[in-house]
Amino acid sequence: MNIQISNLSSEPIYLQIKNQLKAAIITGEMKEDEQLPSIRYLAKELRISVITTKRAYDELEAEGFITSVQGKGSFVSRQNEELIREEQLKQIEEALMEAIEKGKLIGLTIEDLQKNLEVLGGHD
Amino acid sequence: MEYAIEVHQLIKRYEDFTLGPIDLKVPKGYLIGYIGENGSGKSTTLKAILGLIQPDSGKITVFGNQVKDNPQLLNKIGVVFDNLFLPGEMKLKEVGKYCSLSFTTWQSKQFEEYLHQFKLSPNKKVKDLSRGMKMKLSLSIALSHQAELLILDEATSGLDPVVRDEILDILLEFLQNESHTVLISSHILSDLEKTADYIAFLHKGKLLFMEQKDQLIEEYGLCSVSNEAMKTIDPEAIVGKRSHAFGQELLVKRSLVPESMELSKPSIEDIMIFIIKGEV
Repeated sequence: MNIQISNLSSEPIYLQIKNQLKAAIITGEMKEDEQLPSIRYLAKELRISVITTKRAYDELEAEGFITSVQGKGSFVSRQNEELIREEQLKQIEEALMEAIEKGKLIGLTIEDLQKNLEVLGGHD
Repeated sequence: MEYAIEVHQLIKRYEDFTLGPIDLKVPKGYLIGYIGENGSGKSTTLKAILGLIQPDSGKITVFGNQVKDNPQLLNKIGVVFDNLFLPGEMKLKEVGKYCSLSFTTWQSKQFEEYLHQFKLSPNKKVKDLSRGMKMKLSLSIALSHQAELLILDEATSGLDPVVRDEILDILLEFLQNESHTVLISSHILSDLEKTADYIAFLHKGKLLFMEQKDQLIEEYGLCSVSNEAMKTIDPEAIVGKRSHAFGQELLVKRSLVPESMELSKPSIEDIMIFIIKGEV
């Protein structure tokens, strides 16, 4: 698995880690029940603070992507299809919102965008 | 949360300087950077924790016990100070024997391994070591008596970046055990900054704050603005400023400025300098 930290990014480091691990889980690069690197090992390898990695893991656990077992470590949760679908819908929504905002800038209405979408979709 | 060190209302008075009152709790399992200018009282605090100086008042415990009542606690504390308290004529292979008399938990094999890892020749004399080598010897000793807490005083200042990097690796390795704690004082953090979990900031003998490093970096932002633009910013938001001939550089609280304002991430050193020098 690869994790890259960018210091130029305005995104906080814990979020960069969280998003990269989440992507690895959603794409199936990390499989169900697979063990994640320990918090301290990841912190040492990336040379970031333990608190930063812990925060990324805590949030992934709160969102249901991983499960932590006291004394054993963290594992990829049994994949909840619903959860993955929801996450992907969220990303699609965000991309559409961006399209709407950009459309507004040059005066496109929702109807214009719909037409655009149909044309693009029709090519498939 | 469990604490490795608890300092309560510590005061130490000198003729021209007073440290404290200091309240400081060092959480177990983390790397804490204790920062401040030269002369702000960092070493005095560390010496008080180790029982090397007698405070005028206050209470200090390490792993729940007072060092002065429990000298065996010193087995659990690895200490790396600026200078090495060893006879200059002593050869490194004799250092191990010498230390086994001071520490009941001394691990001579581990010590030899560290000497080897750091490329320190057992036949060399203490007085012939370079500054970087002395530092590595000191660290080898600190790590060879089953310490659970490392206290480093200005240990990496003045060392070249390559040696600092090696030392950082050793500290991170030490912290793989979650009951291990590192307290490191410094006037320059640089490479250690990235890995520090907490920052305690001492200024003129007083502790200004002790916070999670991530929170500090997220809480503050740096920006450059014109003199006119500065007037539109909430004065409460400005933590520190540097006025120059062509405008202003500001350290601001992110939560109190408009989201549209372009801010860059400050380093801990930026925060330190703006707070000390940029008093608004």
